[in-house]
Amino acid sequence: MKLSLGPLLYFWSLDDIESFYQSMIEAPVDILYLGETVCSKRRSLGFEQWMELAVSLRDSEPENGHKKQIVLSTLSLIEAESELKTLRRYCDNGDFMVEANDMAAVQLLSEKKIPFSIGPTINVYNAQTLAVMQKQGLQRWVMPVELSRHTLSGILNDLDEMGIKDKIETEIFSYGHMPLALSARCFTARAHNLPKDQCDLKCIDYPDGLQVKSQEDQSLFTLNGIQTLSGLRYDLYNELEEMQSMGVDIIRISPRSRHTKNIINAYYQKMNKLEDAAAYSIAENCNGYWHGEPGMLQSSL
Amino acid sequence: MIELVCPAGNFPALKEAVNNGADAVYIGFKDDTNARHFAGLNFNEKNLPKAIEYAHQRGTKVFVAINTYPQPDGWSRWKNAVDMAADLGVDVLIIADISILDYAADKHPQLTRHLSVQGSATSYESLRYYERNFGIKRAVLPRVLSVSQVAHLAQQSPVELEVFGFGSLCIMAEGRCHLSSYVTGESPNTCGACSPAKSVRWEKTPRGLESRLNNVLIDRYDDNENAGYPTLCKGRFTIGKNTFHVLEEPTSLNTIEILPELDKMGIKAIKIEGRQRSPAYTQQVTRVWRQAIDSYYADPDNYTPQAQWSAALNKVSEGSQTTLGAYSRPWQ
Repeated sequence: MKLSLGPLLYFWSLDDIESFYQSMIEAPVDILYLGETVCSKRRSLGFEQWMELAVSLRDSEPENGHKKQIVLSTLSLIEAESELKTLRRYCDNGDFMVEANDMAAVQLLSEKKIPFSIGPTINVYNAQTLAVMQKQGLQRWVMPVELSRHTLSGILNDLDEMGIKDKIETEIFSYGHMPLALSARCFTARAHNLPKDQCDLKCIDYPDGLQVKSQEDQSLFTLNGIQTLSGLRYDLYNELEEMQSMGVDIIRISPRSRHTKNIINAYYQKMNKLEDAAAYSIAENCNGYWHGEPGMLQSSL
Repeated sequence: MIELVCPAGNFPALKEAVNNGADAVYIGFKDDTNARHFAGLNFNEKNLPKAIEYAHQRGTKVFVAINTYPQPDGWSRWKNAVDMAADLGVDVLIIADISILDYAADKHPQLTRHLSVQGSATSYESLRYYERNFGIKRAVLPRVLSVSQVAHLAQQSPVELEVFGFGSLCIMAEGRCHLSSYVTGESPNTCGACSPAKSVRWEKTPRGLESRLNNVLIDRYDDNENAGYPTLCKGRFTIGKNTFHVLEEPTSLNTIEILPELDKMGIKAIKIEGRQRSPAYTQQVTRVWRQAIDSYYADPDNYTPQAQWSAALNKVSEGSQTTLGAYSRPWQ
């Protein structure tokens, strides 16, 4: 199995983004997803700068030899013409594979017969849907976060029977706050009593999102602009072997402002049966979805 | 003329929709193939033929929503639902899942296909995908777009557009919200249910009336407050020291005042939300909207929403207040 670093979901400054990815050059990940997937008002990097970053990361020579595939990840909710314009530039970049996070991107890529991958906000719940999209150029999919191992195993079996399992890579969102919903509203602005059009880009103050709790102090959600993430971090550390045996191709880790490298190292060690990261604990995290339970739960099954 | 599409969760509601002026009623089957999979609701192959006959005799079309996402274990059930609807002679299938659209287009090419709001198409490029590949004739737009965005979309769209006119307000892009399964295990996409009733618990406590969803506290009400159904996005939660409606106030959508705008931009149909509501709701809302649409076409230049319309609609609204929702975003 390969290890990927999903797109940065939060809003960070240019400096923070550059130093984060600089620090990833030596990390043992195989795939880096780059680009703004949540809000088109976030412009620490524009299209050209994301491209420059993509080229420099692709061409970097890690001392540990861990070269990286770079994929450009696109906006998840497309509403405005200006967003379509930017989207077309990503789809026409001519160099890097594109991860479609909205059907508009699937349309642009498939119409031009450009091979593509799809992120977890594209609704794929069965193998028949993958088969339709495979004919249109799909090469890789990330399973929607709410699906279980039971569903995944059914999908992989069906793909096998259709004879296309080897033509599609399966990636599982395995670590981090899960993207649960998208809205036209900006909840971070709302929390500050600001209208969305005068949001002051407040989400830059929350490098890991804004925590929402119930009135009983139970962690519920994480606000990230127009996106609502899970309150707890998803963590399939204990399920890595199972995923490997099922035929999962790629394990996705979602970036956070701190500790990302430690998480990557722990996952890498476990996946490669190196010395176990003894200190690793999933205690604060959840894995319910994988086990067919409410996502927020932690299952010991 | 703009088409009025009304909800029917059962035969009595369907009759109310038909008799009060709906141009089309939309319904679902009694299982998780549709996004209102609630106990005691919906149609089966026994009563559906009668319902279709009742509607067709009175010139009303019947749309069937098969608009959830089948997983491997259930795929053939969704396929059967498509076949059954086609065999019974319904007018339109409302579908979200790509493989089911593909199946319907292949197997029943003559039967009109609409893209469900659960398909979450918010741009004309996305609409082009569904038109090009599955020949959809119409799409229902998610309630996240502003009026000017809808107008822009209508200019560019390769298919007819249907928008929500009235009912409960989803603030998330439909079809792309997993809040419910995160807390309860069931979501609109997987089970046709959001914040399902079986996970709800009400409790009177010294601190007030509490509503819970799978044990998570959603809201707590003082004696003088109206308690609402504990839909996750409408709960009162805490950020730092502040407790408030973090995502959305419990309100209903009402676009009756912008009906002329919707017509002028070329919207083909208005959809009323609420298959889970009572026949009395369907009757009330259908009647008011029929009057509004008729009064608009009788004298388009002098259309004024009547006070009694709003009064009637407010009576059946969630939270007893209505809003234009995202349509009103003035900044776009």
